[in-house]
Amino acid sequence: MPSLFERTKELTTEIDDFLDAVSEGALVFQKGVGDYLSGDIECFEERYETIHALENRADELRRTIESQLYRHSLIPESRGDVLDLLETMDDVINTAKNTMSLFMVERPEMFPGLEKEWLDLAEAAQQTAEAVVLAARAFFRDPRGVNDHLHKVHFHEKEGDRIAMDLKRKIFETDLDLARKIHLRYFALNVDRVADAAEDVADRLSIYAIKRTI
Amino acid sequence: MLLFFLSSGLFLGWSLGANDAANVFGTAVGTRMIRFTTAALICSIFVIIGAVAGGAGASHTLGKLGAVNALGGAFMVALSAGFTVYFMTRASLPVSTSQAIVGAIIGWNLYSGSPTDSSALVKIVTTWVACPILAAAFAMLFYVVFIRVSCRFPVHLLWEDTLLRWGLIIVGAFGSYSLGANNIANVMGVFVPVAPFDDLSMAGFFTFTGAQQLFALGGIAIAVGIFTYSRRVMETVGGSLLRLTPQMALIVVLSQAVVLYLFSSQELSSWLLSRGLPAIPLVPVSSSQAVVGAVLGLGILKGGRGIRFRVLGDIATGWVTTPVIACVITFIALFFLENVFGIAVMA
Repeated sequence: MPSLFERTKELTTEIDDFLDAVSEGALVFQKGVGDYLSGDIECFEERYETIHALENRADELRRTIESQLYRHSLIPESRGDVLDLLETMDDVINTAKNTMSLFMVERPEMFPGLEKEWLDLAEAAQQTAEAVVLAARAFFRDPRGVNDHLHKVHFHEKEGDRIAMDLKRKIFETDLDLARKIHLRYFALNVDRVADAAEDVADRLSIYAIKRTI
Repeated sequence: MLLFFLSSGLFLGWSLGANDAANVFGTAVGTRMIRFTTAALICSIFVIIGAVAGGAGASHTLGKLGAVNALGGAFMVALSAGFTVYFMTRASLPVSTSQAIVGAIIGWNLYSGSPTDSSALVKIVTTWVACPILAAAFAMLFYVVFIRVSCRFPVHLLWEDTLLRWGLIIVGAFGSYSLGANNIANVMGVFVPVAPFDDLSMAGFFTFTGAQQLFALGGIAIAVGIFTYSRRVMETVGGSLLRLTPQMALIVVLSQAVVLYLFSSQELSSWLLSRGLPAIPLVPVSSSQAVVGAVLGLGILKGGRGIRFRVLGDIATGWVTTPVIACVITFIALFFLENVFGIAVMA
């Protein structure tokens, strides 16, 4: 049976690994969208396999961390917040993976000339996710530093909303038929949803950080 | 027969273990930071060590207040103090064993016609007043230091949890030692002048005095109280009565332990005297009142919102009512013991 110190070390590493998986998932998502836009479907499918594996790993780590925290009655005061944080953080990588699976299944036909907007949207989603991962790391290590990252989360998320709005407007200005317009709008919404999921985590984190610093 | 006479003191010890161990480990057990069995084991060991190694100082002060000189008298003094605590607890009145035993000794003084050392009494009462105030001051000081250190050197949430668990165990052990050293006088102090225990030489290394043997017995009674009855009290303290975070619990227990240690350490008192400073009075004080003082100190530091200042009034009332009630009960009980049962209550 591991000692309290060994268990703490192990759990700290698992939490770091979990956050690494989310951060890497967001990067893979951004690259995957880029591959799809450039028509490199083979590479896109490889990225999808990678994000699928990362999502499974994040799920596994989350379950292990949750059961360890409960089984050994660790961090009784913040346990609820930490479990909630892990679950909402897991939603970020889940949303990214689901969006990639939608690309894979539905294969939306992209309208030429809008690549930059799509890439900017995917980048904003990735940067929002990255900023929230940094905020989560700060929550564990130095709660007073959480706010340094949260404002970036809100900035990138708003930037994503702006780009998504611009993209949707441009999609509807094209002479595509309505079904394709709606299909592309649906994808713009889904890419932007990754940033929304990250912002949900940020909203909770700001409260948890205040609770930890009181 | 000796054991029968000691039984009232042992009962007081059991009651102390059942109730006051929660002041040391209540929050840690209530919030599941430490398992009950671990807390009970550490608390029992250190209470006994504290009682045997450091119990003489506070006991000596009680002896100066009134040296009960017959085993029957000592039995009734301890029993009356026990009953006072029991009745006042049942009536939901704030009570402390320290205050009950002082009232009971004064009751014996009055019954036997022995003089009450007024300077010792003043010293004792002043200490009661100083106890919660000092605990509040220490809690404020420790909290400020704790906050400064945790801001300067932030640690991972999980490491903070691990360090807190160890901190609660170490501070709990210190608190238990101080509880044993300070409060054993309440349990066994009145028996010291009359118990027929001879000094025992332990293989020539050290001498186990008669008083220390008495204190060890009292310590064991406290340990029995901890194991048999303190679990529920600890879970109540941790769960509902005083909602403290583990960090605040660490500070509260440390403040209480330091205050109890100050009022029981002969070494510290002699060290101060040797440097021309005034000696610290070695007096049994209430661990519960030290805890309340420390919690109020933290409350004041956090802006004073939600502090129930009535608690202070209740404590101050207890300083007067508890000794008076114990004194009256003892006086009447000694009369019955001597005149109805024909047992000598004074030499």
